[in-house]
Order: sequence, then structure tokens, then C-alpha cells
Amino acid sequence: MFEKIWDNHIVYEEEDSPSLLYVDRHLVHEVTSPQAFDGLRMNGRPVRRTDLTFATMDHNVPTSDRSLPIVDQISSIQIQTLAQNCKEFGITLFDMQSPDQGIVHVIGPELGLTLPGTTIVCGDSHTSTHGAFGALALGIGTSEVEHVLATQTIWMDKPKTFAINIEGSRKNNHAVTAKDIILYVIRTIGTAGGTGTVLEYRGAAVSDLSMENRMTICNMSIEAGARAGMIAPDKTTFDFIKGRRYAPKDEQFEKAVEYWSGLRTDPNTKFDKFITFDVSTLAPQVTWGTNPGMVVDVTGAVPHPDEFAKGNENERKAALRALEYMMLVPGTQITDIKVDRVFIGSCTNSRLEDLVEASIVLKGRRVAPSVRAMVVPGSQQVKAAAEQLGLDKVFREAGFEWRESGCSMCLGMNPDILEPGECCASTSNRNFEGRQGSGGRTHLVSPVMAAAAAVEGHFVDVREWF
Amino acid sequence: MEPFITLRSKATPLDRVNVDTDQIVPKQFLKLVSRTSFGKFLFYDWRFDRDGAPRKDFVLNNLRYAGRQIMLARDNFGSGSSREHAAWAIVDYGFRAVIAPSFADIFYNNCFKNGILPARLKPDEVDYLFNNEDLEIEIDLAEQLVVAGNRKMHFEVDQFRKKLLLEGLDSIGVTLQLEDRISNYEKRRQMFAPSG
Ligand code: SF4
Repeated sequence: MFEKIWDNHIVYEEEDSPSLLYVDRHLVHEVTSPQAFDGLRMNGRPVRRTDLTFATMDHNVPTSDRSLPIVDQISSIQIQTLAQNCKEFGITLFDMQSPDQGIVHVIGPELGLTLPGTTIVCGDSHTSTHGAFGALALGIGTSEVEHVLATQTIWMDKPKTFAINIEGSRKNNHAVTAKDIILYVIRTIGTAGGTGTVLEYRGAAVSDLSMENRMTICNMSIEAGARAGMIAPDKTTFDFIKGRRYAPKDEQFEKAVEYWSGLRTDPNTKFDKFITFDVSTLAPQVTWGTNPGMVVDVTGAVPHPDEFAKGNENERKAALRALEYMMLVPGTQITDIKVDRVFIGSCTNSRLEDLVEASIVLKGRRVAPSVRAMVVPGSQQVKAAAEQLGLDKVFREAGFEWRESGCSMCLGMNPDILEPGECCASTSNRNFEGRQGSGGRTHLVSPVMAAAAAVEGHFVDVREWF
Repeated sequence: MEPFITLRSKATPLDRVNVDTDQIVPKQFLKLVSRTSFGKFLFYDWRFDRDGAPRKDFVLNNLRYAGRQIMLARDNFGSGSSREHAAWAIVDYGFRAVIAPSFADIFYNNCFKNGILPARLKPDEVDYLFNNEDLEIEIDLAEQLVVAGNRKMHFEVDQFRKKLLLEGLDSIGVTLQLEDRISNYEKRRQMFAPSG
């Protein structure tokens, strides 16, 4: 599949050099674009394909009442700058007041902008999310954003391919989720395990997953260091796309499905690397450290640095540092770790299905008095759909805050942040030092694990609840 | 962009693996809309304590390393987000090259766009430099060599990126010379490629 898409998009190639690839979709947000638009202006260059470029604001936006002015002046300037740039260069923008606003990786699929067989880029590393549709989706830096705006192309070295075969069937589908699968994959191959490669997730356990779950998996490919992650499109994919605003319609759709069906990787294709997982006995996963590879089963304990490093001195030092930062002692049971905050949101786990699953855990239960918990839907559309189902009530009655859509506490660029020392069960994708607020301590988990931790005030094995 | 041809300097050793872009430039500084003056935010949370006072134990605060233009790092340097602010901060602070056994992909790319050479050396070569941190290092991009003490160490870089750095070229300008190719591609684009 990767090879086919790659070959289909080559504009120019030369030996021992990156290839020039055509970009089908360019998604833009407020944080990584202002300097790119500035560059265009300075050189008098227009945007080549305004029809293939779409923008939204997500990283900075407050998740409180949208009718009030933004308190943070600098955020406000960045948001206004994007609006002005879109106007000046003629780009479609889903702004803060739009019913389609949301995290760029949530709205792309929602609006049918994300399609199989295409190349998609965005100035954000979690662009890998869109690979769940069988697209080659790449995160790029700001200079590349400028390059794509000006030329609709990108220079890229051909990555190697890495098959991640995921077999078996999970014992408890509600309690053991796509998030646990991907955390387990990163735990196994490491945060640099995918460097220079495109991961293709395959196997029975992947075909069974919904599109939303597939997005969770591809989303975190970057946490394994990969250039992108992909899943071959199938009936689940086509059903999801059908009828979305920017997707092909009617006869065009039928033809597209035929073409997309041909993208599957031939059974005898050789991958540069491959690994096989069996998820039949997989337990819910929890990170204990400060990178997404520092993961254990919920039934396990915080490892000893020696045990974690397996003889690698640099990894041992990193583990020591992580323990110090996380204020954890080796041997502590994961279920003994107390949480102060719970965050359900981010482009990893803020889609409707994530909220539905978490709400099942919360029905008839209350958040522990010592815990502050919030839900931040991935988009305005997710929020509206959830409210239709009455999920806002379930969350509110349980004691969760129900907020407006955006990145929020995934990276804390808006006012939603951890206080120093606070410990958070988070459904996001990065547990780096200070990511959710300076001195904040993050444990990455699935939405159901986060919800259960909110209720108990510490981690619990959510399998016991289903 | 300023060309990169050769560089002579000692190195500032940053002895940590998996240094991510959230550490290189913490997110509270991503809100600016210009690309200059990020140097003061480089490794901000490691460099300064909560009251803004320099932390004595961090390398960038050690006068011994002041003014060095090469950063010496460990595996998987620049992992995490795609933020180019990380590269802007490194170059604005005064570094022109980073030497490490491996880099995260997006960060590696971003370096070339900003006149920084990311040089991948073998782990034992990197260890050698860490163990001899006051050695004068000479980097020759044309020859793809890092020379220090009695060692000559070779690094790989592809011809395209090498040329951009050596000549200080703007890659958009280079690509726009291929305008014919791009227009031709647009004519033969797949019918199922998305339109507006
Ligand atoms: S939700 Fe988090 S990871 Fe996703 S795009 Fe926003 S900041 Fe990045």
C-alpha cells in the first residue's frame, strides 16, 4: 500500500536525493503556520492550491465559554494571525465560532478531507492519525509548511516499511482498547523503534477495529519514532467516509471505492522489518515515566531502572531521571498511584466512541472528591453528537467538567494545565516532562482507564468493571 | 540562509537520550508569530528554575562551555513534536551543528532548513567525543568528516540536503525551478485525488 501511494505521488526524483512528492491535502493550524505565511509574504509568493488547503485553530483555543474574549493576549494574537492569513491567501478556515472547529486530526476525517490513497501533510507530528484511512500522512515543520503552501509538494526520503502484525482477539473489548494496543507496541519497539520507517498495522486484531480505534493507533505512530503509520482501507473505512462533506459522492464514490480497494498491500510484499503481537492476553497499559515507551501493565509495578534498561547505560540514566521527575519508587504497584487530575481528550482519544466508552464506566458513579476531572471533546461535531446522546449529562453528573473542543491539556498551551507536582491520568499521547504544565506528572492511559481512575482516585484494573 | 561549509569549535555535551522537542523549547514559547529570538528559550525548563534563576547543574549555564557552536547529544535527539521552534532556538542560541548517534526524523529535516548540520556518528565515536569534551572539533561538510583529536569520523548526508546547506539555498526556490514537473503532475493526477 505504501509503495503504491508513494509511486503515485512522485513529481520528480533523482538518485541519492529525496523525492519530490505531490501533496493532496494540506491542513494548517495556528501554531506552526504564522512564520510560514510570513515567508510567503516576504518573497511575494501565493498559495499554490488554496482548494487543497484547509485551516482550523485548536492548540491555543480556550475550552471555556467561546462567547468571551480570549484572556491570553499572545494566544489571541496567534489566533487572529491565522484568521488574517487565511483571508489574505484565500484559504478555507474553520474558526473558533465554526460548528466544524476542532483538533485538526479529528476534523480532517470528520469532514471527509481524509481519504485513502492520498498524501496528507500538516505542521503537526500527529498527522500520522490520518494514516488510519490508508493515506500517507506526514507531520512537517514550519519551513515545510511554507514549502507546501508555495509548491504543493514536499521533498522526502523514501522511508523503509515496517509491518506491525497484530493478531488474536482481546478478551475484554471494553476494558482493553486500541490505546492499550498502541502503548504495548511502543513499549515493545521503543520510542525510536520506528525511526525512518512507515508502520503498517495489519492482522485480525486491526481489521476488527472501528475507524476511531484505528485512528488512536495510527495517531501514536510518531511516539514510536515512525514517519507515519497506515492501515489498509476496507469496508469499515469506506462506510465511515460515505456521505462526508468533502468525500466523493454517488457514482464518484463507487469508483473511488474500487480504486481504494486496490491499494491493499499484496500478500507477498516484503517489508523491511516486521514484528508480530498477540493481544489475546493484553492487559490495560499505563505509562510510569516521561516517554511513551515507559509502559507497564496496570497489574504491574514501576520497574527498577536496571530491569528497564536491560544493560543500556543511557536508558538506565533516563529511567532514573524519569523516576525522580515522576516522584516514583521502583516496585510501587501501578494501582497504588494516586491521581489528582483526569483528562479525557486530545487527538488520540477524544472522538465520540472514546466518550461513549468512558461514559459507560461513569454511569451511576462519582468522581473521587480529591480529583478534578475534565472532558474535552475533539471537535464541535463530536461535542454536539455526544450531547445528543446525553453524554454531557453523564459526565457532569459524575463530576467531570464538560468543555469546548480543542487540544487543551494535551499540551497546555491554553489555560488548562497541571500545577507543579500534580499527577494526571491522561488519554493524550505524550508524558514528557512538563508537557501538561511545568512540573506536572502525566500517566497515559485509555479513556476507560482514565474514567475509572477518576472514580477511585488511583489507577484500577478496569477489566474488573466490565 | 547562511551557508554551512566548515565549522571549528569545541562541543557542549548534553548527556541525555531521547531529548524531545518539548524540552528543547517548552510549549509556553510557541505562541510567538515570528521565528527569531528563540535562543533565550532553549531548554528553558532545564536552564532555569521556577523563579527564573539559572540552574547551576545544567550544561548551558556552565561558563566552561560558553560560546561553543557544536552540540553533542545522545540517541534519538529531537523526538516528539514537529515544532521547528526547536531548530530556531538551537541556531539562535549559537549552535551550527548537532552531533548525535541518531536523530528523530522531523527534527533532522528541520535542521537543514535552518542552516544547522545534524551529523550522525557511530555510538563509539560519540562516546569518544563525550569522553574528550574539550577537544577542538572540525567539521567539513563537503568531505562529510568530523575531525577531533586523532580521529577522523565520517558521516552520511544525502546530496540534496548537502547542497542546500553548502550553498545556503532556499528549498522553495529550488523546487519552483521544477514548475514544469509540478504542472505536468497536476494534469495527470489521479481522478480520485481530492479536489476542493
Ligand atoms: S491534541 Fe495534543 S497531540 Fe493532538 S494535535 Fe493537539 S496538541 Fe498535538
